[in-house]
Amino acid sequence: MQPGALSKALKSGAIWGFIVLELAFFSIAGEFLSLSDKAFMDWENMLLLLKQSAPIGIIAMGMTLVMVNGNIDLSVGATFAIAAIVLLDSMTWPIFAGLGDWVIPVAWLLALAVGTLLGALNGLIVWKTGVDAFIVTLGSMLGFRGIVFMFNGENPTSHLNWTLVDFAEAQFLGLHTATWFLLGVTLALWFVMARTVHGRNAYAIGDNREAAVNAGIRVGPHMMINFAIIGFLAALSAVVFYSESGSVNPNDGQLYELWVITAVVLGGTKITGGAGNVIGTFGGVIAIQLLRKGLGHIGADTSTVNLVIGLILIAVLILDRQLNIKGKEELKV
Amino acid sequence: MTDPVLRLENIVKTFPGVRALDGVSFSVMPGEVHALMGENGAGKSTLMKVLGGIHQPDGGAIVMGDTPVVMAGPLEAKAKGIVFIHQELSLAEELSVAENIYLGELPRKSFGRVDWARLAERTNSILKKLNVGFDARTRVGDLSIANQQMVEIARALTVDAKAVIFDEPTASLTDAEKVVLFDVIADLKASGVGIIYISHRMEEIFKITDRISILRDGQYQGTVNTAETTEEAVTQMMIGRKLDLSRNASHHELGNVALQVRGLSCGKLYSDVSFEVRRGEVLGFYGLVGAGRTEIAETLFGLRDPSSGQILLDGEEVRISSPADAIARGISLVPEDRKGQGLVLGMNCRDNMTLPQVDDLKAGPFMAEGAEVAIFDQYRDKLDIRTPGWKQRVGNLSGGNQQKIVIGKWLSMHPNVLIVDEPTRGIDVGSKSEIHKLLRDLAAQGYAVIVISSEMPEVLHVSDRIVAMYSGRIMRTFTSEEVTEDSLIQAISGLGGDKAA
Amino acid sequence: MSDASRNASDLREGIMATLSRQQVGAILARQGILIAFAVFMIAFTLANPKFLTPDNVLSVVRSSAIIGVMALGVTFVVISGNLDLSVGSMMSFSTIVVLDLHDKMGPLLAIPAMFAMTLCLGAFIGFLVGYLRLNSLIVTLGMLSAIHGLTLTYSGGQNMDIADKEGTWFSIFGQGTALGIPVPILIFVALAALLGLALAKTPFGRKVYAVGGNGTAATFSGIPRARTVFTCYLISAACVATAGLIQASRSLGSQNTVGQGLELEVLAAVILGGASLLGGSGTIFKTVIGVLILGFIQNGLLLVGLQFYVQFVVTWVIIILAVWLDIAAKRGKLWSPIA
Repeated sequence: MQPGALSKALKSGAIWGFIVLELAFFSIAGEFLSLSDKAFMDWENMLLLLKQSAPIGIIAMGMTLVMVNGNIDLSVGATFAIAAIVLLDSMTWPIFAGLGDWVIPVAWLLALAVGTLLGALNGLIVWKTGVDAFIVTLGSMLGFRGIVFMFNGENPTSHLNWTLVDFAEAQFLGLHTATWFLLGVTLALWFVMARTVHGRNAYAIGDNREAAVNAGIRVGPHMMINFAIIGFLAALSAVVFYSESGSVNPNDGQLYELWVITAVVLGGTKITGGAGNVIGTFGGVIAIQLLRKGLGHIGADTSTVNLVIGLILIAVLILDRQLNIKGKEELKV
Repeated sequence: MTDPVLRLENIVKTFPGVRALDGVSFSVMPGEVHALMGENGAGKSTLMKVLGGIHQPDGGAIVMGDTPVVMAGPLEAKAKGIVFIHQELSLAEELSVAENIYLGELPRKSFGRVDWARLAERTNSILKKLNVGFDARTRVGDLSIANQQMVEIARALTVDAKAVIFDEPTASLTDAEKVVLFDVIADLKASGVGIIYISHRMEEIFKITDRISILRDGQYQGTVNTAETTEEAVTQMMIGRKLDLSRNASHHELGNVALQVRGLSCGKLYSDVSFEVRRGEVLGFYGLVGAGRTEIAETLFGLRDPSSGQILLDGEEVRISSPADAIARGISLVPEDRKGQGLVLGMNCRDNMTLPQVDDLKAGPFMAEGAEVAIFDQYRDKLDIRTPGWKQRVGNLSGGNQQKIVIGKWLSMHPNVLIVDEPTRGIDVGSKSEIHKLLRDLAAQGYAVIVISSEMPEVLHVSDRIVAMYSGRIMRTFTSEEVTEDSLIQAISGLGGDKAA
Repeated sequence: MSDASRNASDLREGIMATLSRQQVGAILARQGILIAFAVFMIAFTLANPKFLTPDNVLSVVRSSAIIGVMALGVTFVVISGNLDLSVGSMMSFSTIVVLDLHDKMGPLLAIPAMFAMTLCLGAFIGFLVGYLRLNSLIVTLGMLSAIHGLTLTYSGGQNMDIADKEGTWFSIFGQGTALGIPVPILIFVALAALLGLALAKTPFGRKVYAVGGNGTAATFSGIPRARTVFTCYLISAACVATAGLIQASRSLGSQNTVGQGLELEVLAAVILGGASLLGGSGTIFKTVIGVLILGFIQNGLLLVGLQFYVQFVVTWVIIILAVWLDIAAKRGKLWSPIA
């Protein structure tokens, strides 16, 4: 075995091992602690889990791309909320009154377009000003949220369209609409990252930016496209989620960036860019959702979930570091 | 007579305050290996950046064929057939060999897809030419440094290269790997490519090159046929006015043994190292990069834990667990990487100089800034540091003055043992001889000095005794009377040289 | 031409004679944030005369005190080359804990107990980032969530209120005044002075700059990098605890989410002040300026009748402009060289 092979194997497989561990733990612990007498690994329950993973999961796929590219996007939660408002509010606009149910695709397109534009705006600023993506998206996280609140103050924005709700609640081949979207997005992003020139260039940029520049890869447009993609996915996530719920609070989507980044890091994407893939991220998303559901199953409340997620994120960092230590010979700096 | 593939005519490049290139002219013929030599800071890398389109020249012309060309950027240089094999490899480690070779120009299919089949086919045909033992799909991060370099070379072969520039290609190669590299260069040469070979290693230069062009302080010194010149003549052209590099044994009385090391080992980095250094003595460490010299210094300075062996200071065994520990015991280290390890470039001169003793320069709870300025003034005068004042940011000083700040920083700690790693790397000739004199003077004042250097004339010049290292082991320790250049080279190449402490 | 204007034009010529246009450009860009701030202040004073009255200024500073106190601590962390995104939820924690303990053990014991608990959290983060060398962004992001969970667990999700709101001297930290100046301002000013001195004038401060400026070189100079970073997080936690104390004392009752999102405003203030996220630069004075800019913008926008939430959008634009101008001045080009 080559040096480092163990750590690599552990890393690539770790997330799935962790999921198995979680399943076993919650199934057994659930026998003793659960308030309901339903088993944890119930088929229905697992289907529901996939569906509930969708909002975070769809955005996490975009975050994988952005982080592999060497950037980060903290504004996804706010973009999510803006897209939700555009979706629900535009369906009530008088100019669309004559469209009947045809308003649905129009509203969807509007929401997706807004998300894409906001993402592209982040990307454009990162590209043209050279300000670090962390600061740019930290700023727009505030700014986008401000826009959300300016729209309707602290009141929720609501609109239920029953056709839409039916669509969102539908099941096809046993899977919910949201699950199909999650799977579709995962597949699409896998294709983009593993198979297209754009995706491979994104890896190269995140791995060795100078080499990429010298090889003539245009770093700016690639970054901007990736930000546009994550903006689009944040909006898609909102579209999928709010088609069903029909009501958005101005605080919705807060801390999504945390969940999303946690899922991506759990899934093995390198924080500094250049390495990672959506399959790992998919595992990370499932692991987090399992944890939320499992803790609920054994009677823990949301506060425990927050605590555990935070600590797990840190534990993953510690583990990663321990696996990468070269031993006593290492320079102590 | 054939036309040169590349001709430089009177290239001038100035930066604010510096004339980095001042009328450089030489030409590279097809099928020629043309060495470019010069000391650090002589302008080699600037010239390469001009060739690569990263800098635009202020005057002169680059001529290919009959026409002057303008290199607007790295891409254009590549398109014109000028390819670089960089010293610091520019590869994306997570990507495959094929993706790295065709970085920036992956073949496309519909929907922006990568055409993997075409990519693998092209890559494998190039790899076959190079006769390497890995395939197109291998992850570059899994390759050895030598094989990674092969990937860079393969990248050069993807274009119709007219000139290939190797920048210190052997810096991290083993002897066996060098043989492979030289074979590849010979093949390139045979196919009519012009090669510019930048290196400091005389033996390589004389082995594989046809002609040598020399730069000094940005000025072109001339081109000579390798077969008709000698190492001495080339060195003379490189350093210009004769640097005083006479041997220099101490004439003063040596003091007691300040530092003794017995059987020290650190994993695979070095093993069973024993030496001692007396007060009033300069002990030189000579060897190739990676021979373990710097790692020994880092161990003595508490930055690495030895796996076995003893360190004795003034006859007493000590364990040095951190730099603070080493400093408290009177050991100082002027590190090899001045900008990365020696200085906080954003800080001013005074603050950099007093950094190791901030806790000792207190007036109540605050820094005693007056005392700090006094220390700075003292060592500015002593070392002749040229700076407008202590408030100047260190990043704005020249390399020589920066190095003097680092040396001043450690002298102001009044160490028992002063370790200096690559004391004159990247420093102009004038400052070099000043620093050499300084090191000698320090020994005369009773300091125990260890000098690690990759430049043979330097070690020979400053040392009383020389430790020759090869691959983590001490091959031999020479006194300045018995050492010859040949025996030293043999010892650090792992040839001959009996193991004597 | 009046004397004053002649003097002014003489001065201008004198300045222009000594400075090239390029230098003027650089200075403009460097001091851009102060200039923009001045323009902003003048514009708002013209728009609403109440803006620069002592009463209003005092109220702005008072309402900025909580953000300000936290920003002081985060300044240390940022100069040492790290980030702290957990200060918001840590502040909620401090507030909830001190309110809870107030009724259980009395304010005299509750305050030190709360400080001790908050410092433990800071020590934990400092250990992870300083000694284990973990990425501070991810660690503090995780701690943001973990501490939020901890707070909810502690309070059982309930709002926390002091039983006897009238009869406690505890309210002095948030509501009291001394010499006509609100106590939160006094705390902010005193802490700024203390920490400003510590950063600029003490050996510890020098170490913070060295570690943030070039951690490797600092290590090679015998500076204990891990301990320095650790201490910065302790200072940050102490500031957060102080902010929590002011918050608790001001409201005497609180939700679990009182500090949510404040980490962004705090970081915004520090960045506005010009501290580089790469570490090694920034000062307490500049951070105070950053805090005041945010406070006055918030207040000014409200005074001219704009919605409360507009300030977020304005802050967004200002942060990006500030950082952009700063790096543009350093590289000498407005637009980034990214292809």
